[in-house]
Amino acid sequence: MIYLDNAATSWPKPPEVLKAMVDVLERAGGNPGRSGHHLSVEAARVVYEAREDIAHFFNISDPTRIIFTSNATHAINIVLKGLLKPGDRVVTSSMEHNAVMRPLRSLEKHGLILDVVPCASDGSLDINDIAKAIDSSTRLVVLIHASNVVGTMLPIAEVAPLAHRTGALLLVDAAQTAGVIPIDMKISRIDFLAFTGHKGLQGPPGIGGLVIGDHVDTSQIEPLMRGGTGSQSELEEQPEHLPDKFESGTPNIVGIAGLRAGINWIMDRGIETIRAQERKLTRTLIDGLSNISGIQVHGTHDPEKTVAIISFTATGRQVSEIGLMLDEGYGILARVGLHCAPAAHKTIGTFPEGTVRLAPGVFTTMDDITTAISAIEKVVGL
Amino acid sequence: MIEYGVILFHTTSSVMRAEKLLAKEGFAIKLIPTPREFSSDCGVALRFDWTQCQRIKGVLDTAGVEIAGIHQL
Repeated sequence: MIYLDNAATSWPKPPEVLKAMVDVLERAGGNPGRSGHHLSVEAARVVYEAREDIAHFFNISDPTRIIFTSNATHAINIVLKGLLKPGDRVVTSSMEHNAVMRPLRSLEKHGLILDVVPCASDGSLDINDIAKAIDSSTRLVVLIHASNVVGTMLPIAEVAPLAHRTGALLLVDAAQTAGVIPIDMKISRIDFLAFTGHKGLQGPPGIGGLVIGDHVDTSQIEPLMRGGTGSQSELEEQPEHLPDKFESGTPNIVGIAGLRAGINWIMDRGIETIRAQERKLTRTLIDGLSNISGIQVHGTHDPEKTVAIISFTATGRQVSEIGLMLDEGYGILARVGLHCAPAAHKTIGTFPEGTVRLAPGVFTTMDDITTAISAIEKVVGL
Repeated sequence: MIEYGVILFHTTSSVMRAEKLLAKEGFAIKLIPTPREFSSDCGVALRFDWTQCQRIKGVLDTAGVEIAGIHQL
């Protein structure tokens, strides 16, 4: 079997991640900080150590500005629903995933003013177009760091100063980049970073987070959920202190332990090493597919400008048919269709049919890629 | 007999941060369930040797860990 669906969820996971998850249940099974006995304290230590490692990984000074969530979608919703008011203006791109688009379209019905800046057919965003869209009435700029459909990266670092110049904040959806592209909150001046644990960060599904920049005033953000925090229990109102303001209910300590192990595994291996390997695989995949008659590779063909996500269509072949033949005939697992991103498919011209998406990961070898290319050649040539 | 004090914090994250900082500095500390007489909080508090109160407070202040209250046991 060749697993090329790492953009949906990475698989397999490093053994260290599985071990950390079993270990936390065996050794630290209490409810973090709630009860005060030693198992509860041990669980709280696991959560705190993870916070510190994640803060270090994304380079923010204050670990309490790491908010654990169930996934990137949850983190994005905290910012969009907590920060924005009717009448606020939001600038976003036409490459966004529904994790961003659906909450924004819903808020639009309640008075939000939404400006979707069109991207080019390769998924790239012209910095001049977004510069024109951002003005003094813009409250928030929301951008996907790299497209989940074609892998194309958006110019986050260049957008940040444009947003800040007029007092807007920048939310980045890093679902496809955290763990494979170095992200430094201080250098890139991102205000909110939403990430998920189960893709590039090598953790399990069900854990993600929101990183809030050191300078962002959190009193302006209403929590998405309110409830028990294990702190200030005498109050019937939600506490303002971080991270508790945004973390109600018992946290997913098994997921947090797995996420931390995944991040440490990445740091040991080196994110630049991971990136270099994925770039090589991407180059080979784009070149190999482009040489097959009848195949169109979408997105930019420059591996420097993408993460390891490649989308293609084939003349006269339905994508669902290709996906099924690759799975059943060759054991190659891809994802076909719209990838929860109708706006992105409209932008690249593949709506409503969608594409076949191939996403190598850290355990994909060059042999896997060459085998996949020849299998695809056979399938589309039939 | 050692006289103890207890430090209360606003969040469990602050308790964990304080524990880590103070353990690194070699202070004899222990995390205990928050004594009921000081708070109705359901969480954890940090117990310490009362004679080291000022030094401990200094470490936490320097690191920017917010203290919710300090009491002698």
